[in-house]
Formats: sequence, C-alpha cells, structure tokens
Amino acid sequence: MLGIALLVFREVLEAALIITVVAAATRGVPRRGVFVGGGIALGVIGAIVVAVGMGFIEGSLGGIGQEVFQAAVLLTAVVMIGWHVTWMSSHGKEMVQQMKQVTDSVKAGSSSITILLAVVALAVLREGSEIVLFLYGMAAGGAGKMGFFAGVPLGLAGGVALGFALYFGLLRIPIRYFFSATNWMLVVLASGLASTAAGFLIQANLLPAWGNQLWDTSRLLTNGSIVGQAVHILTGYEARPAGMQLVFWIATFVILVAGMRLVAWRQAASHARARRRRGQAAPRTASEAAGTT
Amino acid sequence: MMRIWLLAIALVVLGGGVSAGARAADMPEFHLVLQNHQFQPATLKVPANTKIRVLVTNKNAMPSEFESSDFNREKIVLPNSTITVFIGPLDKGTYKFFDDFHQATTGTLVAE
Repeated sequence: MLGIALLVFREVLEAALIITVVAAATRGVPRRGVFVGGGIALGVIGAIVVAVGMGFIEGSLGGIGQEVFQAAVLLTAVVMIGWHVTWMSSHGKEMVQQMKQVTDSVKAGSSSITILLAVVALAVLREGSEIVLFLYGMAAGGAGKMGFFAGVPLGLAGGVALGFALYFGLLRIPIRYFFSATNWMLVVLASGLASTAAGFLIQANLLPAWGNQLWDTSRLLTNGSIVGQAVHILTGYEARPAGMQLVFWIATFVILVAGMRLVAWRQAASHARARRRRGQAAPRTASEAAGTT
Repeated sequence: MMRIWLLAIALVVLGGGVSAGARAADMPEFHLVLQNHQFQPATLKVPANTKIRVLVTNKNAMPSEFESSDFNREKIVLPNSTITVFIGPLDKGTYKFFDDFHQATTGTLVAE
C-alpha cells in the first residue's frame, strides 16, 4: 500500500506543482477554475490514451518513440508558457489594475488562459500516464484491493495538499509584485522543462550530451528525494546535469526574458505615441470649448 | 514568436539526430533482463568514457520503468518487450539503477 501511495504521490506532486504555478499566474481571470479543471480532465483522458498506446509510441521511430514523445510534450509546454509570459508582459499591468478595482470583473486573460489549459493538460498527461501504467502493473501483479483503495487516495491527497500549500504561499506575495513573481516562476519552470526535454533527446541519442555530467551536487540534494523532485519540477534542477541540458535551460531563459522585454518595450512605445496624439488633440478641444461658451 | 520557436526546436533535433545517428552503428551494446523482479545481471560492467547502448528486456507480466538518478535515465519497459537506452560516456565508477515501479528491484552499473 505504501509503495502505491508513494509512487502516486510523487507523480501527482509533479503535475500539482505545475498546475499550482499556472493557477497562481491566472489569478483573477474569470472562469479560471473551469479552465484548470478542464485541463486536468483532458490530461487524465490523455494519460489513459498514452498509457494504452505506450506500446505503439515505444515501437515507433525505431525504439526512441518514448523519448521523442516526452521531449515533444515538454517542448510544447515550453512554447505555450513562452507565449503566455510574453503576452503577460504587455497585459500584466492591466490585470493588476483591474484586480485592484474589482476582482471579479477582470476581462483580460481569456486568450492566454486557453494556452495555459493546454499546459495543465500536458503536465497531467505526462505524469498521469506513468500512474496508469504503474497501477495496471500492480493490478496485474495481484496487489490487494486494500492497496488501491488506501494507497491511491493517500498519494493523490498528499500531492494535491502540497500543491495547495504552495498556492496559498504564493498568495501571500503582495498584489503589486504578484504577476511579475508568477511570470518569473513560469520562465524558470519553462527553462527547466526545456532542460528535461534535452535530457530525453540525449537519452535517445538525438542530441550530443556536451559533457555527460557537468557537476555533481547529489550529496547536497538528490533528484531521488521528494524535495529534490519538487525543486526539479519548479526549476529543472539536476544533481548531475549534462552540458546540453544547461544550454537548453539558459537558451530558454534568455529567449523568454528577451521576448518579454521586447513586447513590454513595444507596448510602452505605442502607449507613448497614443499619449502624444491625445496630448495634441486636448488643447484644441479645450479652446473650442472656451470659444463656444 | 511561436513559429520561430518551433522551427528552432526542429532544427536542433534534426541536426542532432543526423550527427548522432551516424555514430550509433559502432556503439558497444549490453543486455539487461528484468525477470522475477530482478535485474540479470545485477551488476553490469561497461567501458568508461564510452557511449554505450543498453537493451533492457522485461520478462515480467507487468510494466516497469528502468531508471537511474546516477546516470539520469528513465524509460518505461512494457511487459515482454525490449527498450534501448543510450548511456554515457560515463566516468569510472559505480552507478545505481532501479525499477521505478518496483523500488526493491535494483542493479549496479560499473564503468571501468
């Protein structure tokens, strides 16, 4: 029973942490619960489909189908998070202002939230398919009903509880810094996912490792521990990273930050133009108003 | 933005695939079998500083996940099937691996 609970807990925790960051980043967006819930539901269906089709995935592409599939899922999530954070850098300020006024009437965020729904779905799909295969194996191996009915809910509850703990921790961030904090978390999360994707492509021999083990911090924090795993999901931490993983991490980080800066800069420039136009128009209307009275 | 990203990813993957694929043919190959929840052999000796290919065959009736935190690999092995995992080049030393779905099932890789 404890074995089942522990594996379910570890997989759920990984998905729960990603969902938590996404949920925090979409705070105040109307019907957010529906989107996050929908993403989880889609992810569960996807997880079952992937688990059933694992033989096909593995067999395709000459035996490296699993790695290519994992990398594709991860990189898709990276692209989607990248899309969201660049979008946020032009709309984030409006969201904060609107939230300060009336929290429940925020209009912003509906286009970007669809993309984050997909990120949630992909996270659940990736971790969920492992749970499905594991539980299938346990059932085939004749694990007792007790193990399932106690182990699965226990693991699930543990993972979800930690997700909520992180969420309420994040809510303590003052609203002024809130979205820039969650945006930075998303950038770091995406960089980590890209690095994990690079790991799978190295495993499939599709990418060179560029140094199989850059450093070894497993004495400080192993990826096998629960804390190590949580840090791995949130930041991409590896106790023994390959050079290529670091390259992917840094490249993603730099590209996303540059993209955010560029969009924010353009936004500021267009706002300045709009202000100048209004500035020229204002005195004329004022003198017209003065003339008529 | 999105399109540039996808293009960049595709280029990296394709470029890496072509260069890595060319080297795959002359790579040393090793076999591991999962049976009765034990790795056979439990200790696998491989050359250090060389990229190797390990074929893991699962003869159990349930899925397993071949995993190692020491050399950073994880891959699901369905019942009665074989997976290929590329490992290394590793420094000299011993590296643990395990079945993530049955944590008591462990083995050691010795690079020498």
